[in-house]
Amino acid sequence: MVPLSWYLIFAALLFSIGLFGVLSRRNAVAILLGIELMLNAVNINLAAFWRYGDVLQMAGQVFAIIVFAVAAAEVAVGLALVISVYRRRNTVVADEINMMKW
Amino acid sequence: MTGGQIIFLLVALFTLGSGFMVVTTRNLVHAALWLVATLFGVAVTYALLDATFLAVVQVVVYIGAIAILFIFAVMLTRKDMRDQGPQMNANWWIGALLSVLVFAGLFFLLQGWSGLSKTAADIPAGFDSIAELGNALVSPTAYVLPFEVASVLLVAALVGAVYVAFNRK
Repeated sequence: MVPLSWYLIFAALLFSIGLFGVLSRRNAVAILLGIELMLNAVNINLAAFWRYGDVLQMAGQVFAIIVFAVAAAEVAVGLALVISVYRRRNTVVADEINMMKW
Repeated sequence: MTGGQIIFLLVALFTLGSGFMVVTTRNLVHAALWLVATLFGVAVTYALLDATFLAVVQVVVYIGAIAILFIFAVMLTRKDMRDQGPQMNANWWIGALLSVLVFAGLFFLLQGWSGLSKTAADIPAGFDSIAELGNALVSPTAYVLPFEVASVLLVAALVGAVYVAFNRK
């Protein structure tokens, strides 16, 4: 049987990979890809805690489903913003989107 | 090492490897396809955790909707940076350092926790997790309010996304 720690370390590694993507990619769409990896790592933790805790309490799975909904909303708004910026500024490079920078 | 552990390690290696490809590939279409592979690995992880409904929703919502949305966005913002310039910003090594530090911090915190080597209890006979989950989502004594708030959030976000991306001419 797989101990809980394996799932938690797996999720921590996936979260760190996503964080690296968010911090170091220049393309705004690639930054959103990194955010998806981080959200998935969190969901693995929620499912693992549900399975290794009290199976009769569904809180872990319910929370994971709400994270799915929030992730879908976040991707829709994020990609709409990227497409809108691309239309006006003709770029998706995060460094060059600096209208609100002082 | 038991069969379950070997399967878990294979799935984890596959998922982490394709996750690494997502953040390092130059071509963004390839990065989105590697994301599909990563999401599939996570779906298999849910199946290993007996969260069958989550595994199916992961395939339908994440791979079927979100990953496809990413591929559309990459295609709509073409003239992408495949051939020109670096894909990483100048401070990428700080990002790498920070993510290694975050992993080290999480690992350190996990080390000191007593519940770490816990193994899963068997699922009670006759327990139907999908029925339980459905009841929990619509039961007034459980999670009906967060569920409704999430659906209102989703509608509001999608209307906002249409408004933001709308082409006024």
